[in-house]
Amino acid sequence: MIDMTAQTILQHSFRIAKKDLTELFRNRLGLVLLIVMPLFMMVMVGFIYPSNGTISNLQVGLVNENSGYNSVFASQSFITGLNQINNQTHMLVITNVNSTAELKDMVQRGQLEGGIVIPSNFSQSILSGEQGTIIIVSDESNPQISATIQAALSGVFNAMGQQLAIHNVLPLNATNPLAVVQPYSIQTQGVVSGHPSYFDFIAPGIMAMTVMMSVMTGLPVAISQEKEIGTMDGMMVAPINRLSILLGKTIAQTARGLIQGCIILALAIGIFGVAIQGSILLVFALLLLGVFSFVGLGIVVTSFTKDQETAQMLMMTLMFPMMFLGGVFFPIQQMPWYMQDISKILPLTYASDALRKVMVLGSGISQISTDLIILIVFGVVMIAIALPVFKRMMTR
Amino acid sequence: MDNGNIIEVKNLTKMFGKFTAVDDISFDVKKGEIFGLLGPNGAGKSTTLRMLSTLSRPTKGTATVGGYDTVKNDTEVRKLIGIVSEKMIIYNRLTARENLWFFGSLFNIPKDTLTKRIDELLELVQLTKWKNAQVGTFSTGMRQRMNVVRALLNMPQVLFLDEPTLGLDPQSSVEIRDFIKKLNQEQGTTVIITTHMMVDADLLCDRIAIVDHGKIIALDTSTNLKKIISGGDTMIIKLEIANLTPDLIASVKALKCADAVTQENSTRLHLIVHGEEAFDNIIDAVREKNGKITTMENLQPSLEDVFLHITGHEVRDSADQKIPMQQGPGRRFGGAPRRVR
Repeated sequence: MIDMTAQTILQHSFRIAKKDLTELFRNRLGLVLLIVMPLFMMVMVGFIYPSNGTISNLQVGLVNENSGYNSVFASQSFITGLNQINNQTHMLVITNVNSTAELKDMVQRGQLEGGIVIPSNFSQSILSGEQGTIIIVSDESNPQISATIQAALSGVFNAMGQQLAIHNVLPLNATNPLAVVQPYSIQTQGVVSGHPSYFDFIAPGIMAMTVMMSVMTGLPVAISQEKEIGTMDGMMVAPINRLSILLGKTIAQTARGLIQGCIILALAIGIFGVAIQGSILLVFALLLLGVFSFVGLGIVVTSFTKDQETAQMLMMTLMFPMMFLGGVFFPIQQMPWYMQDISKILPLTYASDALRKVMVLGSGISQISTDLIILIVFGVVMIAIALPVFKRMMTR
Repeated sequence: MDNGNIIEVKNLTKMFGKFTAVDDISFDVKKGEIFGLLGPNGAGKSTTLRMLSTLSRPTKGTATVGGYDTVKNDTEVRKLIGIVSEKMIIYNRLTARENLWFFGSLFNIPKDTLTKRIDELLELVQLTKWKNAQVGTFSTGMRQRMNVVRALLNMPQVLFLDEPTLGLDPQSSVEIRDFIKKLNQEQGTTVIITTHMMVDADLLCDRIAIVDHGKIIALDTSTNLKKIISGGDTMIIKLEIANLTPDLIASVKALKCADAVTQENSTRLHLIVHGEEAFDNIIDAVREKNGKITTMENLQPSLEDVFLHITGHEVRDSADQKIPMQQGPGRRFGGAPRRVR
């Protein structure tokens, strides 16, 4: 009788894991991609995402139809103010355009991304005690840019309005004219010191995602690949427990995922200036827990796919909603309520949330206990479902 | 096992959905025998082998290997067997030694024993020189030798070989055949081999089961199988006609006495015929179309003839549906298509 104790199962699975990792390390291109993939992910997501103040060089047309009022040109001071502020922020690139019609045409051609029109009665309105109105011509095909132009202009108006008001209250001899004009000011204070960037937000998410996905996608692909080339039969006819094969593959994929996780961490700290506030041990423990919670799901997928191609396609289908709904790239709070509800059933949400709390906020175990419990329960339930399914698949 | 049978198969059936791949087959294999399963692609040979080697679960029926049931005692069966499948079970990115070490370690063989055995096996197939080279750099013949010795790591009592010479050049095929023969004679290993190569079956096997459409349609020694033809009134005829035309072939095929007609090259036909009048009928048919007979020879039946004779000559096997017939010089066409070589 062969000894089917836990020890033999473990021994066999370590041999299988070692074999898998040897193969992985001998695959040069695969190794390079292992490093390049997370690097791309960080760079792309980190730099492309439109965070505050990062929008720059918007092509904007300026139409000045203002005819003046009593030879006073109020539009002139507006344009000066706009230029002054733009010189500091470089949000806009301003082109002078002759008429509103021409401006609209240029937007339609795609030469401009939007426009500002100063109507002919601008000076008249202001000087006769009415509000001066400025018209923004926006490109409806790109709501984000139109919103940005509006934000930029409102910044300009704010500053201009403030300057005008300060000038108006000067005769009151106030110690701080600004306090009269704008009695309330806001100051933001974080839980930890420093100014976290967008990288601080995405680095934990990407780490959690990469590590967990590596198991979820890697496991089905690794197993279906061996089935396809036929080497799986070699392990199947050996007198070993089927669990060893599964466990061995999982260990290898976890190791691969953790290596990638470490690369992301190193990149985040070294290149993108991310600081880790909490315990690094807790970070790794969380990553392992994340893997654990995903193993069951990976096994279920493995059991249902016959070949590598299907496995990969199925993984892509599962991965995309997870990536975007798991709160990796965008905060969950900015999604509509029904999407938030979906994201609440994805384990990735909890893993990236916990990891973010530890890395950015320096939380300890007790502060992330809810996340931990959910991850453990999810993992246990999925594995309980997965094992019988897998056993049936192996003896088809 | 008291009766000398190391494998006993009873009413074994495997269905994939509604398709019956193996249809209620029963047979025994004696200890120390080389047993062949011969048949076209898709006949159910490989599926049978997979069920015997515990890789697939039978839909119905039972099989025992060394007295152990392949389903209930699969672990015991696995200790007794080795498999060489059509797809090579070796990892290209591991070296020859690493491959053998990995598979050997799954059998709980003590370290020093395993080391010794790996060296011996590599020596046996002349791969010692390459033991530290990655298998991916090997030629197909070398890889297949690796693949075969890999199956021998646990010194199996029963060796299952699924199309072991498929895709090999003639020299490598001979090497593999000789190796199997040697193993069988020296170690007493029982060998079950599936093949669609008549040569393999003829040269290697003590007994051959001819499989078609999931059923065993004949089971005997090669000599006895051939007697099915030579004992009756069936004859094998080689017919060379200088001006062979499709029209002429059609009229030969139309003859009542012709069981199977295959074209071997631009002038030669291979016929399986029956009846006393066969020679006359053929000559008449050829003459009628102004055919010029240069040779007409009565041949010893081969296993291929036996196969054609038993399976009949209408196109009905799955292999032909999978691989469309190629027309052209040197390709056979006619009543019995090229299902076997």
